Amino acid sequence: MSGGEGALLTAAGLTKLYGARIGCMDVSLELHAGEVLAVVGESGSGKSTLLALLATQLRPTRGRIRYRMRDGVVRDLFALAEAERRFLLRTDWGFVHQDARLGLRMGVSAGGNVGERLMAVGWRNYGRIRGEALDWLTRVEIDGERIDDLPTTFSGGMRQRLQIAKNMVTAPRLVFMDEPTGGLDVSVQARLLDLMRGLVADHALAVVIVTHDLAVARLLSHRLLVMRHGRVIETGLTDQVLDDPREPYTQLLVSADLRG
Amino acid sequence: MVATDTTMVQVTGVAKTFVMHLRGGAALPVLRGVSFEVHAGECVVLDGPSGVGKSCLLKMIFGNYRIDAGSILVREGQQWTDVARASPRDVLRLRQSVLGYVSQFLRTIPRVGALDVVTHSARDNGLEAATARARAADLLARLAIPERLWQLPPATFSGGEQQRINIARGFVATHPVLLLDEPTASLDQTNRAAVIEFIRHRKRAGTALIGIFHDEDVKRQVADRSIDISRFRA
Amino acid sequence: MTGGISYNFAYLDEQSKRSIRRAILKAVAIPGYQVPFPSREMPMPYGWGTGGVQVTASILGPHDVLKVIDQGADDTTNAVSIRQFFARTAGVRTTTDTGAASIIQTRHRLPEAPLAEGQIVVYQVPIPEPLRFLEPRESETRQMHALEDYGLMHVKLYEDIARHGHIATAYAYPVMVEDRYLMDPSPTPKFDNPKMHMSPALQLFGAGREQRIYALPPYTRVVSLDFDDHPFARTRFEKPCALCGARDSYLDEVIIDDAGGRMFVCSDTDYCEGRRAQAAAAGGAP
Repeated sequence: MSGGEGALLTAAGLTKLYGARIGCMDVSLELHAGEVLAVVGESGSGKSTLLALLATQLRPTRGRIRYRMRDGVVRDLFALAEAERRFLLRTDWGFVHQDARLGLRMGVSAGGNVGERLMAVGWRNYGRIRGEALDWLTRVEIDGERIDDLPTTFSGGMRQRLQIAKNMVTAPRLVFMDEPTGGLDVSVQARLLDLMRGLVADHALAVVIVTHDLAVARLLSHRLLVMRHGRVIETGLTDQVLDDPREPYTQLLVSADLRG
Repeated sequence: MVATDTTMVQVTGVAKTFVMHLRGGAALPVLRGVSFEVHAGECVVLDGPSGVGKSCLLKMIFGNYRIDAGSILVREGQQWTDVARASPRDVLRLRQSVLGYVSQFLRTIPRVGALDVVTHSARDNGLEAATARARAADLLARLAIPERLWQLPPATFSGGEQQRINIARGFVATHPVLLLDEPTASLDQTNRAAVIEFIRHRKRAGTALIGIFHDEDVKRQVADRSIDISRFRA
Repeated sequence: MTGGISYNFAYLDEQSKRSIRRAILKAVAIPGYQVPFPSREMPMPYGWGTGGVQVTASILGPHDVLKVIDQGADDTTNAVSIRQFFARTAGVRTTTDTGAASIIQTRHRLPEAPLAEGQIVVYQVPIPEPLRFLEPRESETRQMHALEDYGLMHVKLYEDIARHGHIATAYAYPVMVEDRYLMDPSPTPKFDNPKMHMSPALQLFGAGREQRIYALPPYTRVVSLDFDDHPFARTRFEKPCALCGARDSYLDEVIIDDAGGRMFVCSDTDYCEGRRAQAAAAGGAP
């Protein structure tokens, strides 16, 4: 584990209330570079709410999130100016959506999608932008010939890989993933997960991945957060939580998983 | 409480009880008061009848199972880390550089070929790419895995072949502590002999090995000491 | 006005003019920024220049001289209608001579003749938002302008090059104003973009249906977007104007017969006539 420096992301007491309804309650966590944290739970567990809070897409009712910026300074994310936040989202962070249509511009070519972040941070040489896009398409195993094709012509698995390329092009240090393998065929999932493992290892990525699929969590994550009704039920080393679950709900979840 | 300079693992007063909430909270005590230590260069065998908790104990040392009481100190460089109290990051760090584990079952990662599986293990341990690959290839060859299988994901292999991949994965790195859970279970005579040789080689290199072996013959050839785990039955 | 309806000067009531002038002032203070304004009902449908007409109506004074062009020509239906509208409701002098006008209302072209300090150009704008076709949400485009988040525009240009080998946008070519705001110069051909840069004239843009006004004060920096390796290139015409011989003006293609015969003539009718008049006065001298 790359350590030595402090945590990359620290959340304390994150709570999101919708009136009396609990989106998530009092969640605290820490994430270091190169770590993959899986947030698992069933529908309504609050895992997607937590992800949205961490990625600052939602404002918490209570609680704080601190992030160590590229310059080493730790900032309170909700104290950032909107412009700073958006810049962060576009350069240092990535977000892979369950539905690729949310994460891609379906009317823009694959190359344009991958190059967008670069253009947003000021790249002004068409040749270089295209070269970089081609490089990343290859790395996510999309045939370079498809660089000018629209994502509407891509399969589900390809669209997810395109999303990943689009996010990775600015070398983000933290990537949020929301059920990235949802709705994909098993073999397609396998390919995607393998790609993600490689990227995490090669780039010391920190990842927060929301999934209801324990097999995905086991494969990708180092640590696990089990959520239910907006609260964290159990947390720890992934293999430990899955192989020796302590809480009743966790035991239920693990036993119900068809693949074991 | 360090006994000697060569102690690598010190288990003190360890206890484990499973609480099965799905069975109305029934408690299943397994072990209590487990205490022993393992030194560099020796192979300690965990003995006892099936179900007594040998595998469980090994998993606790590896940090895969929780520890309800006691401590498991593992030497990490100049200091000691208590697996019972270690944070997840600490445990992961231990597994990377100190604790190796050959399990009974191979959890296969889709799409990754056998050679890559073993190579990754070496790389995680800190070896650079070319060396890792070479060592992985060497081990697979010595375990008689034909080259035509090297690019294939082990999910399609036979039980014995999978076990040999597991063994290669455990032995390719140079962990100072190696945990072996029935490493020779599905192997034929030749491959068993190869594993025995690996174990001897590691002992000479100063590795502390803790193993569970069903095969009496293998046990006799590699064990320096035996600990009867049924003494610690809860 | 004799009998019938009598209009307030330039049709709009003074309160309306006031609020539009406020919007214009704000637009001038923030070059390239789209200022919302309360668009009034005008006696012409949306899409026929109501924005431009409201801006002109708000700035027109009794001593102004008004020129109105449509695609460069003074004599098309729209140009004639609008010119007559102001002649009737404001009683101002009108002209076709670019140099003599103090206010030039235009649809989709800039005059060829260089403009001078003290002149005002009023552009008719259909869609003021340059990002609209890439990002349909108004909430998003406003954020993008506020945060200078313009990567998407370059994506559009990238797509052009990927698809056509060059930036294919021929009109309404996006520009950066004073290195801050991304602006749509209205559907003028990109040929005209360089004229907007550091112009001595005040340039006002009015979109009636979309209810936005924006402005380029005199001597404002206006730079067309491009890539280092695909720089902005002005349109070049192969032939000169068939009527006046100009090589530096924007040409319209005119079909002259049923056999597909065509000729290329200056789109700016006043400029063309002026050149021809000069050539005739010089007695056909080379």
